[in-house]
This record gives sequence, structure tokens and C-alpha cells, in this order.
Amino acid sequence: MKTSPFLIEPTPLQRVMFTVAVALLPGIVLHVGVYGIGLLLQLLLATATALLTEAICLKLRGRALQPALTDGSAVVTAWLLALCMPPLAAWWLVVLGTVVAIGLAKHAFGGLGQNTFNPGMVGFAVLIVSFPAQMARWGAPLVLPALDLSALDQIRLILAGALPPGVGFDAIASATPLDAVRTALRQGQMVPAILQSPQFGDIGGKGSEWIAAGWLAGGLLLWRQKLIPWQLPVGYLGAVVACSGLAHLLDAQQYASPLFQLSTGAVMLAAFFIVTDPVTAPTTPRGRLLFAALAGLLTWLIRSFGNYPDGVAFAVLIMNIAAPFIDQYTQPAVFGRKGAR
Amino acid sequence: MNRSEAREIASNALWKQNAGLVQLLGLCPVLVISSNIVNAVSLGLATSMVMLLSGMAVAAVRDFVPNELRSPIFILIIAALVTMVDLLFNAYAHGLYLVLGIFIPLITTNCIVLARAEAFASRQPVLAAGWDGLMMGLGLTGVLAGLGAIRELAARGTLFSNLDLVFGPVARAWTIHVIPADAGYQFLLASLPPGAFFGLALLITGKKLLDRRAERRAAAPSVPLHTEPA
Repeated sequence: MKTSPFLIEPTPLQRVMFTVAVALLPGIVLHVGVYGIGLLLQLLLATATALLTEAICLKLRGRALQPALTDGSAVVTAWLLALCMPPLAAWWLVVLGTVVAIGLAKHAFGGLGQNTFNPGMVGFAVLIVSFPAQMARWGAPLVLPALDLSALDQIRLILAGALPPGVGFDAIASATPLDAVRTALRQGQMVPAILQSPQFGDIGGKGSEWIAAGWLAGGLLLWRQKLIPWQLPVGYLGAVVACSGLAHLLDAQQYASPLFQLSTGAVMLAAFFIVTDPVTAPTTPRGRLLFAALAGLLTWLIRSFGNYPDGVAFAVLIMNIAAPFIDQYTQPAVFGRKGAR
Repeated sequence: MNRSEAREIASNALWKQNAGLVQLLGLCPVLVISSNIVNAVSLGLATSMVMLLSGMAVAAVRDFVPNELRSPIFILIIAALVTMVDLLFNAYAHGLYLVLGIFIPLITTNCIVLARAEAFASRQPVLAAGWDGLMMGLGLTGVLAGLGAIRELAARGTLFSNLDLVFGPVARAWTIHVIPADAGYQFLLASLPPGAFFGLALLITGKKLLDRRAERRAAAPSVPLHTEPA
């Protein structure tokens, strides 16, 4: 028999996941404002798929559906994946990515808390490796003078792949700021000249720079709530700023400024929501700093010299492999003893 | 070698000690070359041929080989046989030869070939050693075929593409399109290196499941259908 109070209390894990979801809201709102309503459908598709996959996997593994299904972790994984997707991508892309994230990256490794790799990033990496063309099809931000699709047209495009008659995808598409810079650099243009094009705003892509500010705001909320250790975002952002700053100082014609790097792509999202995944990051303070800094270095390297649109997913996955190793070599000294270990 | 011994060797090589699924030997070519059935089976058969001949050759000279010098001598024998296979491929299946490339010469360093020479052929009569080599090779070929089929099907929805490399241009029409060609189906990951690891993991899991089921069946007490009246 239970005693009072009879209020239904959320579990600690539910509370954490709920706070993370709330912290994502400012970024999501700005994202929808900049790119349109497509993102909401992607989030919905990812959430539904994640819960369904989670339920099926739990059933297959002979586990109870509760509390794993309602702890919110699958939903947060799904959201992080959906937030990295092009908002107008076809529905099956995000569904496939989520199935891979929950089924392969999470449950094949033993479920919540056992996964070696960040599930959302595994889903994203599988998609970007398998379907590079579809994953590069970003719609233009609404602030740019391109053809705007109505909400209904966006939903039809995602679900049925059908554009309104007489409209080609090129009319509504635009390269992401990172892609635009990379392509122009390959053609021999210089960074200051590239950034003069109307696609770019004061610091990053016009419109899309606000999204990064949204992630930053949400991240600071998580920090204040003491849900993420400071070493991870500081190490990550610090490394990105240090690398891009050094390169920018040495050759401003070839390397974009640190502010540009911070305000484009998924760097801000990664710093506060992806590298901070408590399961796949190291647990020691020094280890966290090292882990995040190396992830930031890799992100910048892949962005500057690689072929993929953004380096976040691969950088995080590569560092995930190293996390147990980092943990082992950064163990703090036992209290009362001199020296390490 | 009597019949029961031969059967024992075959079942050992094809299933219980399968080179690809149980011993996990020679994985480098298994993972790299298995992006479609034709490449996979060709390399598998080439390896089988080398293993058949090297098994017999090693068994034939086993009494004259000083123990300290056995490794270089075995490798010399294997390398000579691989060179022959390499030249044969170059002469009779040149298209395939170009696709398989370095992986034919690399059969020399395939650990499963040397492992069977060392563990089996160097202490068994010629016939048994040759039979073991052939069966081990065919066991590996089976794994390669399965992996090739999984990856090819997942990556492009076809089976038996590239047959023209073996049988000439006529064979171009022999490709089976499980998913119609004009559907534009493509899943790149399966034909890239990660697909090889996932595919092999699936095959190993499948074998373990089958083994476990067989074990449970053997362990379950057989219930008599008709009970005798007491």
C-alpha cells in the first residue's frame, strides 16, 4: 500500500530529459522561424519512430516496457537527430536514422547507459554516409529572397516528395553557410569576398546565426540547472575557437573567423547537447576537458579539410571510441594518497 | 582416411570450425572483397584452390621439413601456389583480376591458409590434408557468398551483378534485380566498410542462434509419442 502524498512524481531521469527538451525549445522556435515548419514534422516523425523502435527493441530483448519507454531518453535522442536533419528532407530519412539510432546504437549495445556511441550521431552518420545527396538538400532560410513554401506545401514535400507544380527544388534550396564557403573556397575565392554574398549575415549565415544563439541560450539554462559539467562545452567551444582563431590569424583569406565557426552548423548544438551526453562522454573532470577539446579539434579539422558538410557527428563518434581510454588515464588521485592512481 | 573421418573433417571445416564465422581468420579479404557475390565467391574459390593444393603439398613434404624451418618453407609453398592462381586469373578472367587486384597475391598472407598448413596438414596424410584444405576453403567461400549477397542486396537491390567479369559480356543480363532497377534504390552504407562489419556480425549471430537451437533440441528429453500401458 502506498502512503501519501499520492501525487504522480516524475522520476529523476524524466526530470532531466524534460529539462533538456525545454532547453532545446528556444533553438527549435528560432529554427522554425528561420527555416519554416518542416522541422516540427521531422521532430514528430523522429519522436514517434523512436518510441515505437524502443518498444519493439524492449519486447525483443524480453524487458519490461516501463520505465524505459517513458524515461524520455529516446525522445531526446530522436530530437537531437531531427535537429541535425535538413528540415525539408523526405520522411523516410529521419525514420531510418531514428531506427538506426535506437535499434542499433542504443539497444544492440545493451540499452540506456550501455551504448558506446552517441545514438543520435550514429543515426546521422549512417544517413550522411548512405544518402549524401538527399542530406545536402537544405531549403533556403525564409529571410532570403527565395520562393517560400506554405506550411502545407512543406508537409507535402516531406511526406510525399511532391513540390507544387512548376517549382523545382533549386528554386527553394540554398547551400548551407558551411557548404557555400567550402564550395567557393574550392573555386579559388577568398573568405572575406565570400562572406559579402547576401546569404551571409553579420557573423554567420543570415537567419541561421540566430539558431546558434538559441542553442547557446538553452545550453546556459542546462548549465545553470547543473545538468551538464562545464568542462564539456568549454573544452569543445574553446578548441573550436582556438583552432579556427589560430588559422584565421595566420591566413584570414582561407580560414573563416571563430565567430563564423561558432554560429554555423551544429557546433553550438553539439557543445551543449551532444558532447554532453553523460553515457558516451568520460566521467573524470580532466578527461571531460580533454575529450571535448579533441572533439572540437576534430570538428574544425573535418570542416576545414574534409568532404562532409559538417564535422560534428564524426568528431563526436571518433571521440566516443576514445572515452573509456581517456577515463582510464585521467583518474583522479584517491583521497589521502599522494600522486595519481 | 575412411568415410567417417572425411565426414568429420568436412563438418568441422564447413560449420563447427568455420574459418569466417568461428575462427574469424582471414578477415581482411572477407571484409574488403565481399561487396558483391561475384567478387566474394571468386576470391573464396581462389582461396579454396590454394588451400587444397597447399594442404596436399605441405602434407607430402612434412617428413622432410625440419621443425625449425617449417614456417618459411610452408610460406614458400603457399606463395608459389598463389602465384599460379594469380597468373590463371590474369589469363582467363582478366576483368575480375583487375577488380580483385592485390587481394589475390594477399592470399599468401591469409592466416587461414597458413593456420591449416601448420595445424592440420603438417601432421596428417596427403589425402586428409587436401580434403581439409578444400573444405575449409569452401566454408570460407560460403561465408563470403552470404556476406556478398547481404551487402549487394542491401546496397543496390541486386544479386549476381558483375558476372560479366567472369563469363564475358553475355552475362551482363544475368544480374537479378530483386528491387527493380528503375526504382533508383541505393543504400551506400552496405557496400562501404561498415556494411561488411554489420553483415559479418549478422552472420555470426545467425550461426550462434542456429547452434543454440540445435543444442536445446538435443538437450530436451525426447517425449515418447505413445506411452506403453503399465
